[in-house]
Amino acid sequence: MDVISEFFTEYDGLKAFQQTIYLTLLSALFALVIGTAVAVMRVSPVKVLQVIGSAYVNIVRNTPLTLVIVFCNLGLFLQLGIQLANPNSPTSIDDNNFRLAVLGLSVYHAAFVAEAIRSGVNTVPLGQAEAARAIGLPFLKTLRYVVLPQAFRGAIAPLGNVLIALTKNSTVASVIGVTEASAVMKVMMENRPDVIFVVFGIFAIGFVILTLPVGILFTSMSKRLAVKR
Amino acid sequence: MRQRIIAALGISVMAAAGLTACGDDASDAGGSGSGGEKMTIGIKFDQPGLGLKEGSNYTGLDVDVAKYVAKEMGVDEGNIEFKESPSAQRESLLANGQVKMIFATYSITDTRKEKVSFGGPYLTAGQDLLVKADNTDITGPETLNGKKLCSVTGSTSAQKVADKFAKTVQLQKYDTYSKCVEALSSGAIDAVTTDNTILAGFAAQEANKGKFKVVGKTFSTERYGVGLKKGDTETCTKVNDALKKMVDSGEWQKAFDKNLGTAGLTLDPATNPPKTFDACA
Repeated sequence: MDVISEFFTEYDGLKAFQQTIYLTLLSALFALVIGTAVAVMRVSPVKVLQVIGSAYVNIVRNTPLTLVIVFCNLGLFLQLGIQLANPNSPTSIDDNNFRLAVLGLSVYHAAFVAEAIRSGVNTVPLGQAEAARAIGLPFLKTLRYVVLPQAFRGAIAPLGNVLIALTKNSTVASVIGVTEASAVMKVMMENRPDVIFVVFGIFAIGFVILTLPVGILFTSMSKRLAVKR
Repeated sequence: MRQRIIAALGISVMAAAGLTACGDDASDAGGSGSGGEKMTIGIKFDQPGLGLKEGSNYTGLDVDVAKYVAKEMGVDEGNIEFKESPSAQRESLLANGQVKMIFATYSITDTRKEKVSFGGPYLTAGQDLLVKADNTDITGPETLNGKKLCSVTGSTSAQKVADKFAKTVQLQKYDTYSKCVEALSSGAIDAVTTDNTILAGFAAQEANKGKFKVVGKTFSTERYGVGLKKGDTETCTKVNDALKKMVDSGEWQKAFDKNLGTAGLTLDPATNPPKTFDACA
């Protein structure tokens, strides 16, 4: 089982998983911001915003993630010349690819976050919004103080699902050269075809270690934080 | 109600289509029809000049060598079934017997020999650089300081760059070489690096004619072998006999000129065409 010790020493597998975690957390943060904005647009009373919000969700959600990520690199960077890192820095390629991957992952998962939050909004009884209107709160304040706080607490379980999916989907970033876990797995498979299933197993376990606690945490949070009605 | 019925019909039609698709596949693998011995051979489907699938045609040097070897073993061209063998699957395809032989830029290495046997080598390539045709400042691996290189994630070429030049060059990694070539033509990177045969194949493609050149200074040795099931010495001996005949008759050179000659690729004359083959064990 020398391949397991090689994973820690020669291939620096922990650093690769660290990269996976960075990708996941940064993308989750941006996806939450974009997704909340899209969800607000979808539940807003303004028709144009509703259309924009649902167009975003339907277009992005139905585009394969690999295409989104490859487009970020080949389309935005190669064709349109959009650089997200200083082109003169000695690590510009790696930085640029990492940031493009975060961009792609955020934009893609924002659609799912938006739908999770919208499902949370649907758990808030209509009477809550009506009561807020009755005491004179305008739309944004109704959302900010009454609807969204309850909606987020109702959306914790689906948001956890999105986070788990995002963790695993971050492996797609390897197609544009981000050195995260699956990229290192490809290197190990190339060098050690004799123990290919052990290599595969190591990385499968690695992802389970990342995602299992997330699932447990979000399930327990969704129970503890749910609005009692 | 009517809508529901239509939806149900739609679903069952799709399910049926799925089933028949599987059925077709199975009967293909079973191999019915036109007599004679059949053989499944693994090649790459995405490497111009070596193994490329274009519609239902297969072209490239790997394909031509495979056809010649199969013919010498008594299998007609029409009875060969080509199967895609991506790098990570080559060992399992051979071990499970899903393919008899693999001609897929498969370098002979000691770790691989633990899982599979090799016939050949039928060609000796080396890691090289592909640059734009008007590039003059990259003339070999020693001129790469501060340059941006591109290769495929996980490939030995990418690893060699990381090991040898990590301090001085930046490496862009993609999942395919065609993306690297795209990035090279856009100017985002300075050179693509992998085996000179693969690079020459891309340079010789119709769409890329005259745009790129292979630098021609190799800095590794890749001996392409014929992948065989571990311990299959019988096939290995036949393969080596066939390869020897192919080289002696001049067919090897013809196949090389046809597939990679137009790219101006010059292989190391000491090892190409191959004069000796590894002993079958």
